[in-house]
Amino acid sequence: MAVTLDFIIQAFQMVLVLALAPLLTGLVRKLKTRLQRRQGPSIIQPYRDLIRLARKEVVLAETASWLFRATPYLVFATTWVAAALVPTFATGLIFSWSADLIAIIAFLATARFFLALAGMDVGTSFGGIGSSREVMIASLAEPAMIMIVFTLALVAGSTQLSIVAEVFATSGVGLRVSLGLALLALIMVAIAENGRIPIDNPATHLELTMVHEAMVLEYSGRHLALIELAASLKLLLYISLIGCLFLPWRLAPAGAGIEAMAIALGIYLVKLAVGGTLLALFETVIAKMRVFRVPDFLGAGLMLGLLATLLLFVTRSL
Amino acid sequence: MTVTQLQALIGAGKAVENHRPVPRAIVSESTWREAIGALAAERCSLLGLWATPGTVHMAVCEGSEIGVLSLDCADGHFPSVGARHPPAIRLERAIADLTGLEAAGAQDVRPWLDHGKWGVRRPLGDRIETDGPPPPYPFLTAEGAGLHQIPVGPVHAGVIEPGHFRFTANGETVVRLEERLGYAHKGIEALMAGADLERAAKLAGRVSGDSTVAYALAFARAVEAATDCDVPPRALYLRALMAELERIANHLGDIGAICNDAAFAIMLAHCAVLRERVLRFAADAFGHRLMMDRIVPGGVGTDLGAEDVTALRGLIKTIRRDFPRLVQLYDRTASLQDRTVGTGHLRPELARRFAPGGFVGRSAGRSFDARMTVAYPPYDALEFAVPTRAEGDVNARVWVRIEEVEQSLGIIEQILASLPAGDLIRDIPARGGEGLALVEGFRGEVLAWVRLSDDGTLAHCHLRDPSWFQWPLLEAVIEDNIVADFPLCNKSFNCSYSGHDL
Repeated sequence: MAVTLDFIIQAFQMVLVLALAPLLTGLVRKLKTRLQRRQGPSIIQPYRDLIRLARKEVVLAETASWLFRATPYLVFATTWVAAALVPTFATGLIFSWSADLIAIIAFLATARFFLALAGMDVGTSFGGIGSSREVMIASLAEPAMIMIVFTLALVAGSTQLSIVAEVFATSGVGLRVSLGLALLALIMVAIAENGRIPIDNPATHLELTMVHEAMVLEYSGRHLALIELAASLKLLLYISLIGCLFLPWRLAPAGAGIEAMAIALGIYLVKLAVGGTLLALFETVIAKMRVFRVPDFLGAGLMLGLLATLLLFVTRSL
Repeated sequence: MTVTQLQALIGAGKAVENHRPVPRAIVSESTWREAIGALAAERCSLLGLWATPGTVHMAVCEGSEIGVLSLDCADGHFPSVGARHPPAIRLERAIADLTGLEAAGAQDVRPWLDHGKWGVRRPLGDRIETDGPPPPYPFLTAEGAGLHQIPVGPVHAGVIEPGHFRFTANGETVVRLEERLGYAHKGIEALMAGADLERAAKLAGRVSGDSTVAYALAFARAVEAATDCDVPPRALYLRALMAELERIANHLGDIGAICNDAAFAIMLAHCAVLRERVLRFAADAFGHRLMMDRIVPGGVGTDLGAEDVTALRGLIKTIRRDFPRLVQLYDRTASLQDRTVGTGHLRPELARRFAPGGFVGRSAGRSFDARMTVAYPPYDALEFAVPTRAEGDVNARVWVRIEEVEQSLGIIEQILASLPAGDLIRDIPARGGEGLALVEGFRGEVLAWVRLSDDGTLAHCHLRDPSWFQWPLLEAVIEDNIVADFPLCNKSFNCSYSGHDL
């Protein structure tokens, strides 16, 4: 019976991230347009877009190989699994043993690898530009992410998200310089990984400036729907990750009652809304940076991560 | 008094009667070559190069003096201007496409406006029927290890006009950009030939929609010059008012759009609000948002009522209140400045050679402004400055626009203070003649040249968009910039496709 319940809760979490992801994207878009004194589309527009795209015919380039057709499913599946592994409202779920930070990074890297290949598959120049820029960004964002993981693991003694979150929530880790640096680095990586301003502009129509959008320029119909959904999931994943690592309070522990679960769920929704609002604010007050400035930005993220790790080697109390 | 080079060139030819307000002379081939030499030595600048059947015409400007040199091409050839003075290259290619007159000695003889899809070649010349697929267009080459090409357009992802850009890039760095234009060719010159003034004025106002006031004004002034017709003073002031409103609206739109290309959308949103206020005022006061067809040969077709004056004063107050805050937002956003400062640098020597008008020239130290240099009425009676910058980058082009908005607001206030009463329009006498007019649009100077038949209809009309001398410079400024900065450079130039393609 307990196992069944665990399965149900785990399944609920998986469906929850999938259902919430477009809403978060819609919220960020709506807030951004309101900040620009515009009306903007409805907050549920991303759902309508996904339904519309899913109904549409897929237009494939003549030069597209099986890789191009398989990539959307692969990207969606890996991103979904990664997003579902991050503790959203509860820790100690039945699959938590697999919710390892390194595994999540690996899932996302796999998705990116295939998307970059698919970008080049058709042979258009924009896909190539997008892939090359994406890989350049990734080559700097991934080491920074690894450094962040090291920092967290050194403090918590584990790379499993559930355990890290529990340690941070309960054992009085307190304010630490190293964790502050890691949080800053994680935010920078999250911005770069999700292709947000100032690294990339998800709303642009200028082919020459795109990164993520250039890679997926050739996709249409249900393929595009899957990729858009995966992008939304990734944004949700990073906000959830920051929430569960750095604001881990009131996460429902294993075997918690329905009431605790409901409170934790409510708090999770608040975390998402706050994260989305901050993102919209940040994107409104800053312009996109030159492509060649991106290494500086991510280099700073990498250095912060490195500094956080080194501090912990110097003294365990920082 | 010393004789200027231009006076000497005009004096060497046979003066044409009934060409107003500037002289036109039919010159010999040797004088034509001398003129080319003067252009190449940058003693004069090229204002326009066009052809009527069997004759090429070159409008040249030296200081504030303007003159037209005409050369009869008996054998269908004329000495190439572009061979020694590159700004003329595309104009010559367009002449060859439209009339079949060929520039002897030109290096680039590829077609320009004609993409082989008109069903006819040389539509203004001997009209040769064609069919079959269009011939391939050879792009200029760039060779080297690691170079790759990026074709962009003619259909773009944004709602903009059609044009093809062929980038050759080394990674992210642009090695060469080549433009291909002509997709928006409408055959304006052919439609103009034989048209009556009413229809021709409408056509002129539709050459480039965002500059419809400037084009209508240039055309009207050319016709009035050709027929030696005076315009009532009130009409002159209302024309200037419309021209300044058009300038403000376009500059506001451009400033926002440039920032939007750096993903700073909030500037676009706020600038668009101000621009919309200007357009709505135009719709209320003049009955058309873009003030299309409001300027007609002989005067204006609309008046400014007392309540419109009040509304206009309110509009100026609103812009004066809101605009400085936006300028401050632009100036104080470091991430935005990082994108615009130093990007797309136009070298001053190129600005001198190509003599681009508008913000492109004025951002690189060239202070030419037809309102000041030609000083057509009522600008001769108004106080204003021509803002110039020396840096030549995107930031300088934004700043020239910002300062021009402020100047235009001042001009409108002066117009309101001294708006004369009286008639709005005078009849254009049906007589032949030739006229040339230079009018400052928001992009730069629009040149209009008309030849009227004795019955008052159009025999020929040539309209030269300021973009002709700006498009080639866009190719130059993007070199060694990164591919991702092209939209920013392009928007800061904001050249017209439709006005250029005619």
